[in-house]
Amino acid sequence: MGWVADTVHSFNSIQLREVFNQIITLGLIVSSALVIWKGLSCVTGSESPVVVVISGSMEPGFQRGDILFLHMSKDPIRAGDIVVYNIDVCTIILFLLFCFVLDVDFEMLSNIILSVSGKDIPIVHRVIEVHDRKNSEETYILTKGDNNDDDDRIMYNYGQKWLQKHHIIGRAVGFLPYVGWATIIMSDFPVLKYILLGTLGLLVLTMKE
Amino acid sequence: MHSLGYRANALLTFAVTILALMCCMASLSDNFNSPSPSAQVQVLNINWFQKQPNANDEISMTLNISADLQSLFTWNTKQVFVFLAAEYETPKHSLNQISLWDGIIPSKEHAKFWIHTSNKYRFIDQGSNLRGKEYNLTIHWHVMPKTGKMFADKIVMPGFRLPEEYR
Repeated sequence: MGWVADTVHSFNSIQLREVFNQIITLGLIVSSALVIWKGLSCVTGSESPVVVVISGSMEPGFQRGDILFLHMSKDPIRAGDIVVYNIDVCTIILFLLFCFVLDVDFEMLSNIILSVSGKDIPIVHRVIEVHDRKNSEETYILTKGDNNDDDDRIMYNYGQKWLQKHHIIGRAVGFLPYVGWATIIMSDFPVLKYILLGTLGLLVLTMKE
Repeated sequence: MHSLGYRANALLTFAVTILALMCCMASLSDNFNSPSPSAQVQVLNINWFQKQPNANDEISMTLNISADLQSLFTWNTKQVFVFLAAEYETPKHSLNQISLWDGIIPSKEHAKFWIHTSNKYRFIDQGSNLRGKEYNLTIHWHVMPKTGKMFADKIVMPGFRLPEEYR
């Protein structure tokens, strides 16, 4: 009866090996994605090298769901550049209140409501005014969305009139339409995200070869 | 090996690769276009010129802008964003750029235009250095592609001067 035990034993070891194999494959996929993302960060010098446009404030140039490639070079920021900067949620809530009280620009408001879910919201707007200080690195920057009637001062922190260099995450250099819709849909319906991740994980784990 | 999932995956990968390649080629094809745009700007009138209560100079002017940007358009061009900026140097600032007017050109047919306008955005200095100031007017354009790399360039028109006195 020795051969039965042998067969069972070898069967077990094969299964175990396969499971390990699948786990390693999964780990490989996850880590290579991370490496690519961080590598892009290094090359472009921007902490998030790709952003998804979430508002319609730059229409018709950029629409919701388009993606932008960012680059953060040493070149100074000049009027006309499309930059991405962060403002915190606190400001946006204040801004929303302000909008409700004054009943202004409802379109802009709805766009922002859609996007108040993350911690920092990257805003993609165009620079319309630049003042470079002499004898120091300071630069005063004013931005505006192409599709908005007014400049962005209303969205900056209370009393803040200018953006400085450190507010800016990157400058848009390239453009790809529609690709970001997946991200927008997933952030609007988080359940979808878990379903997708689960299915992908299962697929990888159960896939042969 | 030849299951439905495997084939679907192969097909999807192939389709995405081809699409990405076509996007790259469309973007690269923009490099073959060598545009020769032209633009003229005239300052017709200084409407008013004053010092704000917080000591910053502000000026309002009437401009006449004409430009022919038709050669910027290629088959991969979604729109051209064009703006006019005043650029000058002051003792405190090495460069001041203030956008005075901008516009979006959606198609080649609209790329040859002529406009008579007062400044759309406020021309305010950070300080009171505008009296008798020499400045450049610069037409900038940013070409937004249907996909790929964005292009930008400008035409600088030097030798404008603001009035010596507030009015």
